[in-house]
Amino acid sequence: MSLTNETIKAKLSEKFGDQVSDFQEPYGLLTFESPKEMNLKVLQFLYDDEALRFPFLTDLTAVHYPDKAGKELAVVYHLHNLIDNIRIRFKVFTDINSPDIFTATQLYSSANWMERETYDFFGINFLGHPNLKRILNVDEMDYFPMRKQYPLEDQTRIDKDDAMFGR
Amino acid sequence: MEKFSNFIIMVEHHIKLPEGSIEKATTTLNLGPTHPATHGVFQNILELDGERIVSAEQTVGYIHRAFEKLAERRPLYQITTLTDRLNYCSSPINNMGWHLTCEKLLGVKTPKRVDYLRIIIMELARISDHLICNSVVGVDSGAFTGFLYVMQYRELIYEIYEEVCGSRLTTNMGRIGGFERNFTNTAFEKLEKFLKEYPAVLIEFQNLFSRNRIFMDRTIGTGPISAERALNYGFTGPNLRAAGVDYDVRVHSPYSSYEDFEFEIPVGKTGDTYDRFLVRNQEMWQSLKIIEEAYRKVQAFKGADTEVYHADAPEYYLPPKQDVYTKMEALIWHFKIVMGETEIPPGEVYHSVEGGNGELGFYLISDGGRTPYRLHFRRPCFIYYQAYSELTKGAMLSDAIIVMSSLNLIAGEMDA
Amino acid sequence: MARPVRFNIHPIPADTKDSISMVNMPEGYTGEGFFATKLSDVVGLARKNSMWPLPFATSCCGIEFMATMASHYDLARFGAERLGFSPRQCDLLMVMGTIAKKMGPILKQVYLQMAEPRWVMAVGACASSGGIFDTYSVLQGIDQVIPVDVYVPGCPPRPEAILDGFMKIQDLVGEERLRRRNGERYKQLLESYGIQ
Repeated sequence: MSLTNETIKAKLSEKFGDQVSDFQEPYGLLTFESPKEMNLKVLQFLYDDEALRFPFLTDLTAVHYPDKAGKELAVVYHLHNLIDNIRIRFKVFTDINSPDIFTATQLYSSANWMERETYDFFGINFLGHPNLKRILNVDEMDYFPMRKQYPLEDQTRIDKDDAMFGR
Repeated sequence: MEKFSNFIIMVEHHIKLPEGSIEKATTTLNLGPTHPATHGVFQNILELDGERIVSAEQTVGYIHRAFEKLAERRPLYQITTLTDRLNYCSSPINNMGWHLTCEKLLGVKTPKRVDYLRIIIMELARISDHLICNSVVGVDSGAFTGFLYVMQYRELIYEIYEEVCGSRLTTNMGRIGGFERNFTNTAFEKLEKFLKEYPAVLIEFQNLFSRNRIFMDRTIGTGPISAERALNYGFTGPNLRAAGVDYDVRVHSPYSSYEDFEFEIPVGKTGDTYDRFLVRNQEMWQSLKIIEEAYRKVQAFKGADTEVYHADAPEYYLPPKQDVYTKMEALIWHFKIVMGETEIPPGEVYHSVEGGNGELGFYLISDGGRTPYRLHFRRPCFIYYQAYSELTKGAMLSDAIIVMSSLNLIAGEMDA
Repeated sequence: MARPVRFNIHPIPADTKDSISMVNMPEGYTGEGFFATKLSDVVGLARKNSMWPLPFATSCCGIEFMATMASHYDLARFGAERLGFSPRQCDLLMVMGTIAKKMGPILKQVYLQMAEPRWVMAVGACASSGGIFDTYSVLQGIDQVIPVDVYVPGCPPRPEAILDGFMKIQDLVGEERLRRRNGERYKQLLESYGIQ
């Protein structure tokens, strides 16, 4: 009865055909991706199906790949099946010019703030989110700091002594 | 009379009240970022109807320190200092979690003695975290004594950390592959002293609170949450176990040889404040049991094994200094590690440990360069603080304060 | 080095005979049944031994402050038994922990609500200068928004270091001239922070 990565892969391919692709297992964790329109359908399937019960959203975050044209921003969901003790990772890629992804808040309430944090850092617009505002940075900030082109330090700092810092 | 009406008109023009605030039936109270006792900085805007809370809106981010962006600049061994400052009440657990993540990525296998020593330190950190949480719940309900009694024993835990790594609070303990130095005899003596004296203190602390009429009246029934809602909200750790779900990362995905140890997972029923308090108390007893067993196992190593304190991974663990000055390979390894030129395999790894608050996860994507490409911390406090408005719906204001402190919200972890 | 150390280069050694350190009486003129001294000395002595601090604890340094307040390293021996949490009732604002840009206006508001005479102690590296967090979201030191009297370095500073900082604040309080807060230089200092 034990659920293995193979069984999950088989069930997903059976249900979604070629919409789920790129199955990999880095360090034993099954990872797959799907087009961004399908993300809610896949999550709902993983939640409802009796064999693959994934009731727990462990993590929701994003990664910025500036080199992949057309697929710069990736939203990564980590799900956990507590009964059979299996984790999977599900990735959805989107273009940086129109980063709209459907929200997962109806399914998992924990996605609420995690999506706000992802919006705050990367600028991904979650469609249907009840309260998509910045959560960790100041509200007046007008850029998305975790994107690769932005620097770490505060550029408006005037008292930084270059002699002391070796620049 | 005329002067009075003039005054009213003048007041109305100068004081701008928000729309509809006079007709509104509820009061808006700002439980602001600076509040008493040392919880940390997060803000709650409460709508009160008399003394009952109608709704609560949270604002976090007052201590956002951009850890994830900082981590993209630092080689792997420098990120340990960042992980210290996540849940700073139990920083060794964060350090060890990070080292375990790196070891998973790099494929380093640690010897058993290192694992057992790590377990001792992690369980001490868990005791230290639960002590702060439980005594602060006491302080918030008015009982300052419990806090003072147990802080004495937190000092003893700090002394043990000092013997091992030199620092009290933000420990930066251990290296990828083990520890930086072997545990000295003083460390083991202090550990024995702790194991001997602490159970009596914990019994005394429990006697103060667990069957105390006033404490029970204040905490039973406040802030309950059902198991399904808790799972949906992403609760982990003692808060989830108080709601009835026995999910503990140490048992489900054992790391660092936890599978060799036998301990129970205390589980509550209703998920209210009293259950959370009791679950944390019981976890402290279980942690004590684990430490005693781990200490016995460490003492059981004889001969050359007692000197083992790190894995045999010269690419990632700094060689001893006398070797660096005399041998060529050691010099090369030292140079490569310090300059950050070690070979980090590209890949992505997610590893989680059972922190003081729940599942602390590290999602590390490496592109083979010297620093991570992306590092994300799955912080339990951030995820379960969202449920606060549901936990306090219909509760009194004083209950809301106790619920907040019993959730063990650490601002450093919340905002990262 | 670009900047030589300017402060605290001739520290005053403690006056300990038989390992007991006595508090010195202020200088004055004694006679039969009376003791005359400067008013500022008496007021300073009274103020410094009964400071009411406001612990503005944001992060890790706050936990070290809790350890300082506990029985092992007691802060109450210095007279700071009563910790106030309302700025209107406190003399000393101890800022412990990282102050982010989101928190800066709140810190300034708390400072403005304090009544003169007020002192500020920046505990920890993050409060003094931003610490290890040289990022877009962290204020690089609270002296960007409020004037600070004593900086306690450390990450986190040991409780003994916090107590040492507290004792330096006590020295400042004891030596302060009564007219300092009305003077021109103090007004200029506040003006530079935009505080009226």
